[in-house]
Amino acid sequence: MTFAVVVFPGSNSDHDAHYAVEHVLGQPARFVWHKDTSLGTADVVILPGGFSHGDYLRTGAIARFSPIMAAVRDFADAGGPVLGICNGFQILLECGLLPGAMLRNRDVRFHCGFVGVRVERTDTPFTNRCTVGQVLHLPIAHGEGNYYAPPDTLAALEADGQVIFRYVDEAGEVTEAANPNGSIHSIAGISNGSKNVVGLMPHPERACEACLGGADGLVVFQSVVHALHERGTLQRV
Amino acid sequence: MTHDAAVLARHGLTPDEYARIVQLIGREPNLTELGLFSVMWSEHCSYKSSRVHLKTLPTEGARVVQGPGENAGAVDIGDGLAAVFKIESHNHPSFIEPYQGAATGVGGIIRDIFTMGARPIALLDALRFGPMDDGLNRRVLKGVVAGIGGYGNSIGIPTVGGEVMFDESYRGNPLVNVFCLGIARHSEIVKGHASGVGNPVYYVGAKTGRDGIHGATMASAEFDESSAEKRPAVQVGDPFMEKLLLEACLEVMRGEAVVGVQDMGAAGLTCATSETGSRGSVGVQIDVARVPQREPGMTPYEIMLSESQERMLLIVKRGREAEVERVFEKWDLHAVRIGEVTNDQRLRVMEHGVVVADVPNRALTDEAPVYHRPYREPEGRADLQRIPAEAVAAGPKPTDAFLSLLSTPTIASKRWIYRQYDHVVQTNTVALDGLTAAVVRVKGTTRALAMSVDGNGRYSALDPRQGAKLAVAEAARNVACAGGLPIGATNCLNFGNPERPDIMWQFAEAVAGIGEACRALDTPITGGNVSFYNETDGRAILPTPILGVVGLVADVSHVRTRLFSEAGLDIVILGEGRGELGGSEYLKTIHGLIRGRPPVLDLAREHALARLLVDWASRGVIRSAHDCAEGGLAVTLAECCFDTGGLGAEVSIGRAPNDGGVPGLASTLFGESATCVLVSAAPGDAPVVLREAHAAGLPAARIGRTGGSAIRIAVDGEIAIDCSVGEAEARWSGALAKALDGRAA
Repeated sequence: MTFAVVVFPGSNSDHDAHYAVEHVLGQPARFVWHKDTSLGTADVVILPGGFSHGDYLRTGAIARFSPIMAAVRDFADAGGPVLGICNGFQILLECGLLPGAMLRNRDVRFHCGFVGVRVERTDTPFTNRCTVGQVLHLPIAHGEGNYYAPPDTLAALEADGQVIFRYVDEAGEVTEAANPNGSIHSIAGISNGSKNVVGLMPHPERACEACLGGADGLVVFQSVVHALHERGTLQRV
Repeated sequence: MTHDAAVLARHGLTPDEYARIVQLIGREPNLTELGLFSVMWSEHCSYKSSRVHLKTLPTEGARVVQGPGENAGAVDIGDGLAAVFKIESHNHPSFIEPYQGAATGVGGIIRDIFTMGARPIALLDALRFGPMDDGLNRRVLKGVVAGIGGYGNSIGIPTVGGEVMFDESYRGNPLVNVFCLGIARHSEIVKGHASGVGNPVYYVGAKTGRDGIHGATMASAEFDESSAEKRPAVQVGDPFMEKLLLEACLEVMRGEAVVGVQDMGAAGLTCATSETGSRGSVGVQIDVARVPQREPGMTPYEIMLSESQERMLLIVKRGREAEVERVFEKWDLHAVRIGEVTNDQRLRVMEHGVVVADVPNRALTDEAPVYHRPYREPEGRADLQRIPAEAVAAGPKPTDAFLSLLSTPTIASKRWIYRQYDHVVQTNTVALDGLTAAVVRVKGTTRALAMSVDGNGRYSALDPRQGAKLAVAEAARNVACAGGLPIGATNCLNFGNPERPDIMWQFAEAVAGIGEACRALDTPITGGNVSFYNETDGRAILPTPILGVVGLVADVSHVRTRLFSEAGLDIVILGEGRGELGGSEYLKTIHGLIRGRPPVLDLAREHALARLLVDWASRGVIRSAHDCAEGGLAVTLAECCFDTGGLGAEVSIGRAPNDGGVPGLASTLFGESATCVLVSAAPGDAPVVLREAHAAGLPAARIGRTGGSAIRIAVDGEIAIDCSVGEAEARWSGALAKALDGRAA
């Protein structure tokens, strides 16, 4: 099973994702340069965090035009699991694989630190080893993580079970204080309609080892390994 | 004389210096050449006032891989790896334009590290600002913090620690000292040397603009009301460009096609071409017409002096040009061949093939003037070192003083600041911010590196030699508390105008103190930076030597933080509280005084303490360790309880000898005696700690136990401080947000 980690110019969590997959999870991982047009052998695609192209415009707005994105879209359309983390989530929004948009954080400042993230759905390839309501402690590090979607889109997301992660407090409750960036409905991560494409602002790949302050993020990667085994697949998309 | 006095003055050159230039090059310089000399002979680049003193610092040791003189220093950390690190100031630009000044300070030090072939993995900042009740100071702080975050977060190097202090003297003259550390294989370290006559010289990175011209000379002049007019001399940072440069340079340096690399920082292309040439005992010849330019009509003078950011100079092996160009092409960067290495030890600048400057490169570098500036101890020191009894006769109750100290910005939680920094990127951060020293693991090994930057300007103002020694000791102690054996140091020396004998005396004393302490603690200085002229309208800052110390943790599991982990642990004090209030946060916060003598320091004891702490951490004998610093024992104990979810502690101590007649218990509770650490240990382990400390000649006593939900300190059997952790922590954690945003976080 091979994880493809797409590297955009300005990606800075590409090595984090690669390390978590290869050294902690024990699965092979490969970098794919954004100018490539093929993902090559890949069972999972990760769009990592960072500041692609400097993010001087809107976050992710230029990366969506990278040559590799056509291959990412084909992979997603064929049902392949795609995970967008932080800037990767922003790129998924910009390229339309996920609905909604990002605004600057409520207080217009960058925020870094561990937050509580509640798993809302376990019917995605990245959460199937979690339990509904489980609270993961994951770090965030972003200036534009204030998720927004217009009312009808938001209603559809909620109705279809596409809200996958929400910011919560220690008790697992959604509160204004526990929402670090002002995201609507405290949304930390969502999926597409067929649940194979997931984007989230927190960084599970940075919380895979106890010595880094927690290993709660590992379950996200274990889930996708499980999903692929369950599918019996490894039939490559 | 070709150039009149006004032209020389604008270039910051004295008539004597001009005469020296004429003598060195054997003729009158043209205007372009005058520009080259003005930036290379500026205080910032030449260290002309500090060099004679800096030479006395210890720079050698078994672990030193690279001492001062290169872009950064390096120490061996085992497994064939080296820690490459340095600290540098960006004070002057950060006052003129806080965001960009701080951002480009971060960018500059990062370039120094990857120029050596090392991948940068950690940033720390030592910051100084004026008081937060002043809108100007708040604006400067917010801009500086946003700028540090804006650059470091984007480029993806975690800002893992640092320290911040506040004092009136930094109003109008903030300090922004940035420390960066990277990891390289010994065999892959690249130096800033040109070599191989005929080898091509490449320019890589951002285009050259008119920004930053004479930045180095600006940093070498005092501020006055016209400083705001100097804004065009501050550069604008582009972390994305630097990220591309970093990745491309590291990729190209992994091969062996590159013989030397130098970043273009202060004095830009002039510094890069003359230093690589003179270090390699060769010449460098370039044509400025080939330099990528941001705007038309730039003169050779402007191109040579520009301090546009994110530019590098590479000396490439002849015949290997294509592979170098291919890597930069991949990263959408243009590597442009602008010249070649020559055999004549000159810097020759041409424009479309016509020579516009031609000088011996050593005249710009090694033969820059060296000054033995006069220095003199200022009068009135005895008075300064006396705490006036009448001024401190009445003080608040201990618990009230305790709460005031916890909410003073220097002591209060810096979370408001550090949560704006990405401190987890690269997945190495073992000890998060604010838990004493910053700790990052070294991937591919079991090891970790602990880092701390420290320096108390108040101590240095009262006694610069002692203040500097205390700065070394505190940084080393913080590193040891985290479980790291101190192995190397870097310094950033922030002072006023060196042409004033009293300032020069502070500087000379501080350097002597650093040398003495670094020798005693086995932490050689591998590099650093001097920032003079930190004055506004004739008022100098507190003399502020900042020390960055790096410590090696043998195994990541040995790392300790300040946190009490559970109830029922024994609390042991190592060292002894002698009730020293000279230069303390207590005197400053409660009485508005910077007076007295700084704490005494026994360097042999400090050395022993560090080794004991590291040993105990490695054996699991201690659970936590925290250095007693600003606010003394009471504040230190409180900090061990904060961020634990409200775990309390109860201790009982004896009254310390009074300092300078400050009445009450203040000196016992808030005195800042050095070489003093609070550790926690399981009851079964505490006797081991006591026994081994005593065997090493270090005072140690079990003073209490963790538990409950209050911080209780009894002195001579009577409760002096009794406060719930919740109340104390609320004051401590909310103070900075309240000061900066007008509301708690």
